Amino acid sequence: MTATREGASFASGTATDPAMAPHGMTLTLRIWRQKGPADKGRMVTYQVEDISPDMSFLEMLDVLNEKLILADDDPVVFDHDCREGICGSCGLMINGTAHGRGTSGGPTTTCQLHMRKFKDGDTIDIEPWRATAFPVIKDLSVDRGALDRIIQSGGYISAPTGTAPEAHSILVPKKDSDAAFDAATCIGCGACVAACPNASSMLFTAAKVSHLGLFPQGQPERNERVVNMIAQQDLEGFGGCTNIGECSAACPKGISMENISRLNHDLLGALRAGARPKS
Amino acid sequence: MPLDLFTVGDPIADTKAPVDVPIGERWSTRRFRARLVNPANRRKLTVIVVGTGLAGGSAAATLGEAGYKVKNFWFHDSPRRAHSVAAQGGINAAKNYRNDGDSVHRLFYDTVKGGDFRSRENNVHRLAEVSVNIIDQCVAQGVPFAREYGGLLDNRSFGGAQVSRTFYARGQTGQQLLYGAYQALERQMAAGTVEQFARHEMLDLIIVDGRARGIVARNLITGEVSTHFADAVVLATGGYSNVFYLSTNAKGSNATAIWRAHKRGAYFANPCYTQIHPTCIPVKGDYQSKLTLMSESLRNDGRVWVPKERGDERDPRDIPEDERDYYLERIYPAFGNLVPRDIASRQAKNVCDEGRGVGPGGLGVYLDFGDAMKRLGRPAIEAKYGNLFDMYAQITGEDPYETPMRIYPAVHYTMGGLWVDYDLQSTIPGMFVIGEANFSDHGANRLGASALMQGLADGYFVLPNTINDYLADGPFEKVDDGHPAVAEALQDVQGRVQKLLSINGNRTPASFHRELGRLMWDLCGMERSDEGLRKALDRIPEIRQEFWTNLKVSGDQDTINPTLEHAGRVADFIDLAELMCIDALHRNESCGGHFRAESQTPEGEALRDDENFAYVAAWEWTPEGAPPVLHREDLEYEYVHLAQRSYK
Amino acid sequence: MAVSGIILVLYLIAHMIGNLKVFAGRESFNGYSEWIRTIGEPAVPAQTTLTIIRIVLLVAVIAHIWAAIALWRQAKRARPNGYVTKKAVAQSYASRTMRWGGVIVGLFVIYHILDLTMGVANPEGPSGTPYDRLVAGFSNPLITAVYVIALILLGMHLRHGIWSATQTLGQSNKRREKTVNLFALVFSVVLIGGFLIVPFSVLFGLVG
Repeated sequence: MTATREGASFASGTATDPAMAPHGMTLTLRIWRQKGPADKGRMVTYQVEDISPDMSFLEMLDVLNEKLILADDDPVVFDHDCREGICGSCGLMINGTAHGRGTSGGPTTTCQLHMRKFKDGDTIDIEPWRATAFPVIKDLSVDRGALDRIIQSGGYISAPTGTAPEAHSILVPKKDSDAAFDAATCIGCGACVAACPNASSMLFTAAKVSHLGLFPQGQPERNERVVNMIAQQDLEGFGGCTNIGECSAACPKGISMENISRLNHDLLGALRAGARPKS
Repeated sequence: MPLDLFTVGDPIADTKAPVDVPIGERWSTRRFRARLVNPANRRKLTVIVVGTGLAGGSAAATLGEAGYKVKNFWFHDSPRRAHSVAAQGGINAAKNYRNDGDSVHRLFYDTVKGGDFRSRENNVHRLAEVSVNIIDQCVAQGVPFAREYGGLLDNRSFGGAQVSRTFYARGQTGQQLLYGAYQALERQMAAGTVEQFARHEMLDLIIVDGRARGIVARNLITGEVSTHFADAVVLATGGYSNVFYLSTNAKGSNATAIWRAHKRGAYFANPCYTQIHPTCIPVKGDYQSKLTLMSESLRNDGRVWVPKERGDERDPRDIPEDERDYYLERIYPAFGNLVPRDIASRQAKNVCDEGRGVGPGGLGVYLDFGDAMKRLGRPAIEAKYGNLFDMYAQITGEDPYETPMRIYPAVHYTMGGLWVDYDLQSTIPGMFVIGEANFSDHGANRLGASALMQGLADGYFVLPNTINDYLADGPFEKVDDGHPAVAEALQDVQGRVQKLLSINGNRTPASFHRELGRLMWDLCGMERSDEGLRKALDRIPEIRQEFWTNLKVSGDQDTINPTLEHAGRVADFIDLAELMCIDALHRNESCGGHFRAESQTPEGEALRDDENFAYVAAWEWTPEGAPPVLHREDLEYEYVHLAQRSYK
Repeated sequence: MAVSGIILVLYLIAHMIGNLKVFAGRESFNGYSEWIRTIGEPAVPAQTTLTIIRIVLLVAVIAHIWAAIALWRQAKRARPNGYVTKKAVAQSYASRTMRWGGVIVGLFVIYHILDLTMGVANPEGPSGTPYDRLVAGFSNPLITAVYVIALILLGMHLRHGIWSATQTLGQSNKRREKTVNLFALVFSVVLIGGFLIVPFSVLFGLVG
């Protein structure tokens, strides 16, 4: 047993199997380097070689970082975790579009963008999400706590553990449930804010307002939810929405603009009903 | 068994489950017997919860709602990033909405049997009981489960279950359940009952006078190492599949919190129990950083095969039928391509070891939809599997409608974890362990759609009803950094961080991690043998030695430094890997997800050894140099009778 | 933004239809101009209705500009340091030109009032009849060119504005999205076409 395949070693870092031999794309990376919030930051140029078209974009950055570590340089900091497009950690501005949407040909997260979308010799600009509400922590990593605070301001249904009625006691039309699901797939990556010319978080907020407002369970808090979440998003310093649609186009989960309309509908209704933000 | 690898200590037993009453009454009896904490006293009690996944998030929210002062720690930027978010399939619950004969008892029975008789009956029964409450709870929170046109919740059969008890939200069930818990958690943060510590990594457990009283955590942004105190500590830090480097876990998933707790005295149970998922996208090259799982449902219509000849490098479409080996259909005519995960995985490894694997490095087998496309037509296949096919195409750049998919097994769940009793308390008083981080419910093999169930059961319903029995003795005497035990833990952590930064060698943490992972995959993966495990146990100390003398971490400690974080995690993985190999070596039987070469039937199938191994192996850490101590918890089966699996 | 925009759009519809009177001849057009100033007489003094309309429009314009400036300032605060490289994925030309397009349209409206309403910027001067001013102005290709450019910008402004207002007032959804966008496009083309037909007719001598 345990016939270790000769040569198929991906442990040592030296690929000897012909199938795993370098595929040899050479790329010029212009990466935003910023030591911390106080640093001004600048674009720094790096060269990477032997980039396989099958690598993901983040694996390409891993290659760069391994090189930088061994050269005793500071590796490039970027957020990432699941690398399968669902945790929402990763998010880079690639050649001027969020998650490299301009290059990918379809909705994607940065981790699901593969190097086969690039050509040998390409220059790639890599920047962090830029918004006042997303201060840079270091290099390409930003603080997206503002999005959590928007959820805190009302993005929930108050259902303390143990209080729930039997699940089938309230029927939900499949149409509503499906629409709620579509909105609920938002992964909170912040690409909408990054792509928006106004740096608005409207699509994020709208996705949650829509998701919860489409359920019977979400009705009691519906008015307060929307006014409080909108107030919080303004407080965080996000821009206003002018319905341009860059957000939805950049969204890895394809959250639709109709959610923004639904939010506005709820907001007008709530204001008419006299709902006002908490603080 | 040689005494140099481990020693045998006293047996251990769960003393909390009220075994004097029938199994169906044990959970309610335990809740009744557990001491309560007066609501007015709860706000004087602090509980630290580490982790924000299904277990941690639901526990922190629920304890906050109950009125305890909760301090919640996680290493991501947001609680919503916890890796529970990636679970695709679904969540089981014994609702019997389909009137197809399901019941709490049947879910209990299936889970014990599925765990290959290596789990604790009492815990599993309770899990089945609370499963129904979980669905109610999640629906009330607005989790968008799939529904039928009549507005009722939809159910499906999952992982070969004969009843339809799996609730799901398209292929993103984990995400939706997690967001339910996350929103409940954020609500408590806004209410001020849960204090948040984002981007904080737990690096040690503080024990004062025999009780878990706090943690040492590093702020990943400022690098500041600080102490945090509480009356109880709850670990909900997930599994340790990343010991294999390549797994379906997130890059950040790690074993550091449970491993440090283990070193402080918590027993580690069944570390060698890992689950390997047969349908993942294969490795492409040495740069590969993670593996992606595809739903097992693909095996419903796809046929698994490899060429009959070794080294056949033709395009799969050019290989004629009679030169293909549909090995699962050949070996298991009754179940064919639908054999359980462990068998599908092991046979894939076998054919690759024979040199008949396909794709880069020969580490893959074909999953062919050619017949299904002919039989059902492309539109039907698109409707059923469209999203999976798209995902495959995006990652591999190949069109699975045109050419067979290539799949290979990957580690994706660890059944082992810290030992806990019926109250989910570890061997350290005041330290509770929930979710994948504990060992409690899945035995040697986890059924599909049961991980989400366990995480939420522990967090919403079990822990909040058992931790009170411990906290009833609190609040405990105040501690601070001046206490010698605290100062020692703090110094330990600081020293370790300094050490990692000062080695200044020639290899990156990732390079060590890859090497360790490959070793574990080869020698402590799907199939283990005495010889192989001993080889691994020879090699691991060498890797450790090199790690601590030739590691290179650049950058500073007083800023965000992912390389430093990774280095610390790899150091713990190396130690954990050794314990896993010892556990695997001592367990000379094939059971659940593991095949032991020395324990097989004449036909080459897994052979369990109930005579000698019907126990939980709970390992006690001993100071550096001394071998770990094995404490056995005997497993008794009162309600589900021991039987050998057969899929022929 | 949406409400003030709608008021302005309603006015534009009336304005465009009124303009077409020019094809009914000099008297008809001048009479229409006179009628606007005398609506409601003798119940109310001359110019009352027109003044009310002018006040409503002025308020709407100020509200529209004020909201635009507020949004622009908010956007500026929300991202003070821009990207080194930024490309649009979905953004239409219309949505991209909302801000400076709006400014140009605003300047144009001032010129337009000075030109045709007050006549001070008109070749014919304030003394001529509205019809004379119109013909005099549009006979000059340069002035026509200014009108054409401004009106096309206005058209784009409307195209995005109508879609955006539907969103802001919560009246859009996935099903309607296409229809709303199509309507916005057709509406803008027809409206601007209706406006443009007058200067072109003058320029090419069909009216005069």
